[in-house]
Amino acid sequence: MSFNFAADNGVANAVLEPPAPNTSMPNTLVESTPAHAQNSNEEVMVSVRDISKSYVLAHNREQHTTLGEAASHWIKSPLQRTEQEIFWSLRDVSFEVKRGEVLGIIGRNGAGKSTLLKVLSQITSPTEGQIDLYGRVGSLLEVGTGFHPELTGRENIYLNGAILGMKKSVIEGHFDEIVKFAEVERFLDTPVKRYSSGMYVRLAFAVAAYLNPEILIVDEVLAVGDAEFQKKCIGKMSEVTQQEGRCVLFVSHNMTAISSLCTRCILLKDGRIVHDGDTETAVRLYQTMAFDPESAEANGTSGDYNLRGRKVASESGGVELRHVTLRDGNGAITNSIRMGGALSVEIEVEGFKHYRQGNLGFAIYDENGRVVSEFSVGMKPPPWSDRHVHERFLLRIPHVPLTQGTYSFSVHCWNQTSMLDEVNPIDKLHITEFDFYGSGFQIKPRRFVALLDGEWTVEDASANQSTPD
Amino acid sequence: MQQPSPTQISTANDISSDQKNISSQHTRKPEVSIRPQKGWSGLALLQLWQYRELLLTFGARDVKLRYRQTVLGVIWVIVQPLLAAGIFSLIFGEIAKMPTDNMPPFLFVFAGMLGWNLFSSTLLKASNSLLANSGLVSKVFFPRLLLPISTTLSSLIDFGVALMMMAVLMVIYRVTPGPALILLPLWLLMLLMIAVGISFITSALTVSYRDVGYILPVFVNLLMYASPVAYSLSGVLTRLNLGKGRFDIFFALNPLSGLLEAMRWSLLNTTPPNLGYLLYSAVFAIASLVGGAFIFKRMERRFADVI
Repeated sequence: MSFNFAADNGVANAVLEPPAPNTSMPNTLVESTPAHAQNSNEEVMVSVRDISKSYVLAHNREQHTTLGEAASHWIKSPLQRTEQEIFWSLRDVSFEVKRGEVLGIIGRNGAGKSTLLKVLSQITSPTEGQIDLYGRVGSLLEVGTGFHPELTGRENIYLNGAILGMKKSVIEGHFDEIVKFAEVERFLDTPVKRYSSGMYVRLAFAVAAYLNPEILIVDEVLAVGDAEFQKKCIGKMSEVTQQEGRCVLFVSHNMTAISSLCTRCILLKDGRIVHDGDTETAVRLYQTMAFDPESAEANGTSGDYNLRGRKVASESGGVELRHVTLRDGNGAITNSIRMGGALSVEIEVEGFKHYRQGNLGFAIYDENGRVVSEFSVGMKPPPWSDRHVHERFLLRIPHVPLTQGTYSFSVHCWNQTSMLDEVNPIDKLHITEFDFYGSGFQIKPRRFVALLDGEWTVEDASANQSTPD
Repeated sequence: MQQPSPTQISTANDISSDQKNISSQHTRKPEVSIRPQKGWSGLALLQLWQYRELLLTFGARDVKLRYRQTVLGVIWVIVQPLLAAGIFSLIFGEIAKMPTDNMPPFLFVFAGMLGWNLFSSTLLKASNSLLANSGLVSKVFFPRLLLPISTTLSSLIDFGVALMMMAVLMVIYRVTPGPALILLPLWLLMLLMIAVGISFITSALTVSYRDVGYILPVFVNLLMYASPVAYSLSGVLTRLNLGKGRFDIFFALNPLSGLLEAMRWSLLNTTPPNLGYLLYSAVFAIASLVGGAFIFKRMERRFADVI
């Protein structure tokens, strides 16, 4: 844009020095819209027109990874066209983003979200279509991409800043804030390979948070880090858009983050936009896009999900969730259990043992896509004996403390830096009515979510109480 | 940066209708326009210049990383060429009695190794630079040309250290350089241009075909014996040809022949190099740098998808 760098940074400096960044977080989380309205003057920052991106999938023997194979194939059959399948990762995607908007991009794995962000950040070029960006772009496709394990925290701040396109003087100006945000003061001169995964992620996000682009592209940074830090990141992002009138394109599977942050949402399915509009509708549509619901219902196999044959994200690093089975208290396969009843979850995964710091979890969402609860291996590790490439994890929940209603569930596999594999959502989870209290009391649907188990007693209190008269 | 400022736009829009709003947008020039790319493209030199700080950062990172967790650290930069020069001077000078322009073989070979190491270490490191940074290539936008170019920094630092060692050796052997010393930076530049130019192609090829990483060191090793590193070109030619000139073409086609001789001429005041060889080296340097960069840019757009 037309502000020159110096003036722009000056403005940003002033705004980016929040008097008390931590205390302002909860507010920004709740009220997400009003401040934008003042800033947005209908000025288009991002214009995407009919973008398509295709990949060529070569079939079986046609995949050459050595020069020898390529050469011998070419010599043997110079005229034969290789058998190719064209796979459209994005198809005719068009949208605009205005100043001050936070656009959420959601969709299942393989829907084209990552490809879209890669095209927007100029990492790969589109096959068709045009994109115009009216402003400096900063993209954050994976936290800590530029980090080098052997370098110290201090060195990595400068390195990562430079990779993200920040000038050295800008990094120097924000250095103390970055360190404070990341809470790594004591470990600045320690190589980051000795950092805990939490510190690593915090430092990585902190550098990016002080990047000052007019258009910020963010991919699933909130998949990692603890809840408190996630809140801090979300707060920082909404602060950036509301106070400075920038725009953010945000990809996440975390529907709570999407709902609280995004002013508008795009839902992608098989490379096409199926919804572009308000976030609430998008999230609801996303939740109903359960894992292959047609086939699950047609086969009457609710509760048993074969997850193989999905397009696993390229970053998965060989981890694949293969099978998930839900059982009720009687051991029957079903995705419908009674209030307060038992639930068993079996998760089959391949290649997970190669990740020493890997984590695996099961999460339940409400109708609006908010996480109701989740339970991961890291919260209560099983007795690890010998590990196998192909493993089955068993989670037994004696009482699911939820009131009747329709929920959905997902399964995730991640390590400290990235999501390894996930199926979100897999299907609905029905909680049916049941006399949980044993008293015949009926809970009105949607009155509350969590069931408390306990006992009421009552006793005579007159002996202890001094009566005034 | 030539567009009207956002504040100007907003004040104009305050009173204008929606249609005017749209038209004002069309008059703005986008900061970045992304279009499908096919065929040859420009080198985007301006963008490269804007990212010059990142170039230095990459270079500095490589230098820092290289000797971290080594005990002797930077001493290896001196010990390596000393050992190599010792072995070569023993084999070529003392045993094979290869001509060294009446210089002490050790000093003569060390001077040759200076230029050769600059060339070969840049070529090998730069060729591997994209793979070594594959995470960045697939996740972050920046001009990819920076990666191979940035490796020259650590090679130059190694060269600087070895050059100081050279100065010490010259004092010990009581050899003084001639006025041609002033041309030394020119020879360095040309050596680096050739190394980087070739590495543009090899590094881009390595992204799709890992074979390049295996064959290149073998090729570089062969090239060293074919280049006047441990022997003098004029001396070898007279010995091999006995005045008939059959081998001239073999050395003339090697762009390093003239440059390595020229470096020794600058440092040790030996026989001046053949001007024809030097002109050929200069043309080769420019052609490989420019041609390599265009080929790199053409292959570049597949990097993120393939790497």
